[in-house]
Amino acid sequence: MRDIAIIAFAQSANKRNEQIYNEAEILAPVAREALQKAGLKKEEIDFTCSGSSDYLAGQPFSFVIALNAIGAWPPIQESHVEADAAWALYECWIAMQADESINTSLVYGFGKQSMGSPRDVMNILNDPYVETPLWCDTISMAALQGRALIDAGLATERDFAAVAARNLKHAKSNPKAQCKGDFTVDELLRSPTLASPLRKHDCPPITDGACVVILAAGDTAKKLCKRPAWIRGIDHRIDVQAIGRRDLTRAPSAQIAAEKAGVGAGKVDIAELHALFTPQDIILRKELGLASDCVINPSGGVHQGNPMMGTGLVRFGEVADRIIRGEANRGVAHATQGPCLQQNMVAVLEGK
Amino acid sequence: MGRRCAVIGIGQTKYMDRNLAVSHRGLIRDAANKALADAKMTWQDIDCIVIGKAPDTIEGVMMPELYLADALGAQGKPLFRVHTAGSVGGSTAIVGTKMVASGVHDRVLVIGWQKQSESQATWALSPRIPFQPPLTAGAGGFFAPHVRAYIRQSNAPDHIGIKVAYKDRKHALKNPYAHLHQPDLTLEAIKNSPMLWDPIRFGETCPSSDGACAMVIVSEKYADRSASPPAWIHGTAWRSEPTIMAGRDQVNPLGGRECAKDVYRQAGVTNPRKDFDCAEIYVPFSWFEPMWLENLGFAERGEGWKLTDKGATSLDEGGDIPWNCSGGVLSSNPIGASGTIRFAEAAMQVRGTAGEHQVEGAKLALGHAYGGGSQFFAMWVVGSKKP
Repeated sequence: MRDIAIIAFAQSANKRNEQIYNEAEILAPVAREALQKAGLKKEEIDFTCSGSSDYLAGQPFSFVIALNAIGAWPPIQESHVEADAAWALYECWIAMQADESINTSLVYGFGKQSMGSPRDVMNILNDPYVETPLWCDTISMAALQGRALIDAGLATERDFAAVAARNLKHAKSNPKAQCKGDFTVDELLRSPTLASPLRKHDCPPITDGACVVILAAGDTAKKLCKRPAWIRGIDHRIDVQAIGRRDLTRAPSAQIAAEKAGVGAGKVDIAELHALFTPQDIILRKELGLASDCVINPSGGVHQGNPMMGTGLVRFGEVADRIIRGEANRGVAHATQGPCLQQNMVAVLEGK
Repeated sequence: MGRRCAVIGIGQTKYMDRNLAVSHRGLIRDAANKALADAKMTWQDIDCIVIGKAPDTIEGVMMPELYLADALGAQGKPLFRVHTAGSVGGSTAIVGTKMVASGVHDRVLVIGWQKQSESQATWALSPRIPFQPPLTAGAGGFFAPHVRAYIRQSNAPDHIGIKVAYKDRKHALKNPYAHLHQPDLTLEAIKNSPMLWDPIRFGETCPSSDGACAMVIVSEKYADRSASPPAWIHGTAWRSEPTIMAGRDQVNPLGGRECAKDVYRQAGVTNPRKDFDCAEIYVPFSWFEPMWLENLGFAERGEGWKLTDKGATSLDEGGDIPWNCSGGVLSSNPIGASGTIRFAEAAMQVRGTAGEHQVEGAKLALGHAYGGGSQFFAMWVVGSKKP
């Protein structure tokens, strides 16, 4: 296996409703910034891969227009996943492992959730024959997961609120944050439930945004970056979707991915979890085997901003940035998609 | 391109208008089960599943592979979704190859699929987007100007497009999985079919199909001990370019030329017409055969149509470089699977398992897919011998 590292990360400010710019226009300055940080020209990128969803944009081939933000001329080696851009990062990592002539990769993700009603749109992610007609929206399904934790005696609504309070507090130091502030658990618990036991603070915000990560291999990474964030392990796994067939207090695929990525091989300083709903934070900490001294979501996590289809990739960027700046030595990035933590990716990033 | 890999199993569904007998699950499992049986493997043997399809608007399910995880035998395994427009079936096979070539996995199941009957493709591909001019023409309306430009530039006679459609539909009669089986089809009938998007006639367009195509791609270790014949992967390449850009050659796109150059270099191909025994090329509208003959270096610029005219690409006429012996996209088009089918059919030829449409003694073949506004290209070269 070749040594591959994240050498640069850039993201747009997380906004509730970006009314002026379309996806490509949000993305273009972010890509420019990432290239600048990496000290690369776009012609020096060997492979490009992106993640997005046509249903979020409400149009087929939405990624084709976004490609204009990167500039695919002369023709480039490029691919796209209909998934969170963390999976695009994985494809870049694979492409770099498979082909030694690929020394640099650019990954991007983007989403404008404000174009529709995400809670409703996400319903068509379910089994179209059996579940979609029942209209089980994402918040309701996440609420069932929260309820399962409470019923099993594994967590309380106070625990959920504590996760939200921690995230929003961390977000105060994140200049890109859409939501932040100091809240006490008691304050949060006074708000009404959206879908019991979940309150507004337990759910991710609706966000428009884009993000870009640049990868480099071996000596190229060392040349371009003083302290690259080396990808020491990366793996992704999936569980069946039907929530009736799963133990919702668990995320077995996250556990396998964490084990394969080698999370337990050393002390984890920081972890960025793609926990869309607060109960998922509690499940993931356990499945990933994160110790109590590990700082969870130093960026504020998903609760400060959720540029869907880029949210998972942002987790990689936030961990990498802290390693690149020397604030952490070893970090874990996590990404998910599908209802109730169905599919999970875990990576270990290290400064050495 | 990393470790050596080979295709040791291929499975296809019967392509048709509306496959009402199966759900999405049944469709992909039909192809996957056949591929596993061909590879003499079971679901347990698979390390990773790579799945591709074109826009989700066609079935009306967002990221459907998530709900298909159990049908794909993916629980606890990696499941990876690719979407690169019409070239996706090819890109999916390339991603699957890289999963093995990288050394990360040994046995990968690759699936391309589409169930077009669940909606209307022209509608699904041409919605009204705020602040954008509507393109209600579908793919045919988009490509017709490219074809017109080709005819003007090359002075090709009108009957070339008709001949390609006739040839591919005749090839399809030898392929039991092909959607269109039209034994009584005549050149005259194609010529007299309605003009849909001038100069593209109804008879010169691809059908709209339900279908899935699966392949098992394995590392050298597994290919060497495989009981079924391997198709060794000699090279893979992909290129992308913008849809609209001043000065972009849309008739003979640079991306296609560079992609071909890249994959030929990897496979040691210097004269494609001579070095390949056959090719499976993405020709959804008949005129794309002469256009791609030139783009892929089988003919000089402006000369592609002469190869078609002389029967060089026809199996029935004993051509030296038969294209689309399976009947091609013109005879079966489950969009997301169409590229996978091209790649798989190329592999079948060098494995010697193409049945009635087998090119005798085929040793090296090209699989090709393109998509978007003639801007995304995916290709592989497969051979009967180890690279």
